[in-house]
Amino acid sequence: MKNYKNINIRFIVLLSLGIAIISSCERDFSDDVQFATFNNNGDIFTDAPVGLTDEFFDSFDPAGPNPANPEGFGTDDNVAFMGTSSIRIDVPAPDDPDGGFIGGIFLDRGDGRDLTGFDALTFYIKGSTTATVGEVGFGTDFEENKFAVIAQNIRLSTDWRKIVIPIPDPSKLVQERGMFFFSAGTQSTGGFGYTFWIDELRFEKLGNIAQPSPAIFSGQDISIPAVNGIEFLVTGLTQTFNLASGINQTVIAAPAYFDFTSSDNSVAIVNESGEIVVVGAGDTSITAQLANVAASGSLNISSNGVLPTAPLPAESAANVSSIFSNEFTNAVESNLEPTFGGSTTSIQLFPNNGDEVLVYTNNNFTGIVFNNTLDGTSRTTLNIDVYPLDESTAVEVQIRDVGANQVLETNIFTGLPDGDDVDRRFLINGLTPGQWTSVEIPLDGDLVAQRNNLGALILAGGPNFIFDNIYFFTE
Amino acid sequence: MIMKYIQIKTIQSLALTCLVAIAMSVISGCETDETQTVATFTNLVLDENFDTEGAPNAELWSFDIGTGVDGWGNQELQYYTDRPENVQIQNGVLLITAREESFEGSDYTSARLITKDKFEQQYGRFEARIRLPFGQGIWPAFWMLGADIDENPWPGAGEIDIMEYRGQEPSILVGSIHGPGYNGGDAISKEFTLENDRFDTGFHIFGIEWGPDFINFYVDDVLYNQLTPEDVEEETDGEGVWVFNKPFFILMNLAVGGTFVGSPNEETQFPQTMIVDYVRVYEN
Repeated sequence: MKNYKNINIRFIVLLSLGIAIISSCERDFSDDVQFATFNNNGDIFTDAPVGLTDEFFDSFDPAGPNPANPEGFGTDDNVAFMGTSSIRIDVPAPDDPDGGFIGGIFLDRGDGRDLTGFDALTFYIKGSTTATVGEVGFGTDFEENKFAVIAQNIRLSTDWRKIVIPIPDPSKLVQERGMFFFSAGTQSTGGFGYTFWIDELRFEKLGNIAQPSPAIFSGQDISIPAVNGIEFLVTGLTQTFNLASGINQTVIAAPAYFDFTSSDNSVAIVNESGEIVVVGAGDTSITAQLANVAASGSLNISSNGVLPTAPLPAESAANVSSIFSNEFTNAVESNLEPTFGGSTTSIQLFPNNGDEVLVYTNNNFTGIVFNNTLDGTSRTTLNIDVYPLDESTAVEVQIRDVGANQVLETNIFTGLPDGDDVDRRFLINGLTPGQWTSVEIPLDGDLVAQRNNLGALILAGGPNFIFDNIYFFTE
Repeated sequence: MIMKYIQIKTIQSLALTCLVAIAMSVISGCETDETQTVATFTNLVLDENFDTEGAPNAELWSFDIGTGVDGWGNQELQYYTDRPENVQIQNGVLLITAREESFEGSDYTSARLITKDKFEQQYGRFEARIRLPFGQGIWPAFWMLGADIDENPWPGAGEIDIMEYRGQEPSILVGSIHGPGYNGGDAISKEFTLENDRFDTGFHIFGIEWGPDFINFYVDDVLYNQLTPEDVEEETDGEGVWVFNKPFFILMNLAVGGTFVGSPNEETQFPQTMIVDYVRVYEN
């Protein structure tokens, strides 16, 4: 009877479409049209998986550089919060030959579920010890992960505890396959493996999840200068709800939950993935909403507009040992993004119409570390073309000779060269904004006696500037 | 304590219920059986709808100002003012707002309204429709004190807490009575949990029906407690005294911190506002 009725409706819909085409007159949508909806069952695991793929557990890559351990997953008929069975996860030690951590997803076996009627993923969890599970969530399907949600650092008790992971905006989840996601290692147990159990895993309508407080850029208001073509990504995306327990539960939410806005699309545009491109001169503010609630945090971009091409070097190649320039062959290759602990710097290799430049933003300290030392004995000067992104740009360049041992040695307390290292420090400031300036730094001071093992350029402060044509030359 | 969970009609249809109830019998208000009808007070004697913008009606409401003694006896952290920043009528509702600010030596400000010497009544139905604030350390209350409190100090004067609530427990309402032998942390209280909902996302009606030797506590259409002199006797092993056969006045306030709720923490958002749609009192 039910099938018959469905067929009938389809027939009517087809027929009405036919009539519409035949008469080809304008008409509104038929009241009879009903959009397909997907399975709205919220259960994921009760005493057995509910409507999941035959694989049930789909592990992270067990090969690869950081192999996941697919062996530690199963069900346990001796442990249950309710009923007769639970999910059992054995978290391996980091040196386990089968893989040093465990994680993966559960996928709906069908086309996905309609989760719009729920407001949270809930489950009961208990551990063999009071460890912390790194990440749990849903919306990860190993394809687009479009509506991925992750809650971090779930504290285990040795008794059952209910976990509530709020859905940032249920109205988005009309067809979701990613039912569950977890990732667990032994960071909280000093490398000792442990077991945890999960039971009564389901999406629920709790009704007592409220006071949404979404954020982008982790709630910070960030100001940054830029030029046309520079791209930024909206990061630090979270949604926080106040739970019935009074706890504010924050989850990491995928960009697709947010609506992003640029206050001036002639300065920068932002797409639905939170990717920002600077397109013109001026100021714009990137903000976001989640389910019509304004997110805290913003990115305020001050664009200088088109970045001019850096000046063409006047020196001949024979007199140059180049570090970074499209005009010369590199005398030595360099690490342009060294990982200095505590560095806040963002470095972008920016293809400025074929003349690559280095864009530094929010620099406290970073450097250009040469892969091999450079004998600068015959060179007298270092040239750097500088485009300041702020009026107040002031960046100190420290030309470092690393000495015979060819090791970069820095006193961690003073920041001064240590051991057999010496340097020459030069503050670049007072430059005219909106144009390139060629800054020439003489290799004097301590470098007069020692510049046969030039090893690095350390860059301190700024904090926002662009470099090009970095080369040593002979006057 | 006798606990009862008796469904009563929705507040919106109370008037009808009351008419029926009146038609059926003269109400003594003393029924304690499971099938009682509780909407027994029907004569509206106070109908405060907060319809006039600005400060509350001075003929009905006064303010407690300052920090009282020891934070109003509870180590509360706020300084009560009558400034519009803390108490104001806007768009037909009363806003009592707790703010985090340095003021007269306190870290928070808020407001407390009282009807002492302006509206005092013995027995009746007292109710208010309120949307509550939330967050650790937030403590709103709609309550009553014995009108003889100046001559008969607390707890002798008696206290009826129609609504108290901890901002960190947004689904739980607490209704209490205090008197000699049962007060402060030993008050006779009962919690009511709003299932699948919470008190800070919409308006709820908090009320009592109070008659000779009984106080019924209800929220929305649910009667969740009835207290009688027998309960006081049971709870206090005969030490407590029923002090609720005399006039009381009304208080509404939004406290911050204190012994009942604990201090706010870094996650508590300010300002927090208790929104009162109306206060109504009925008598026989």
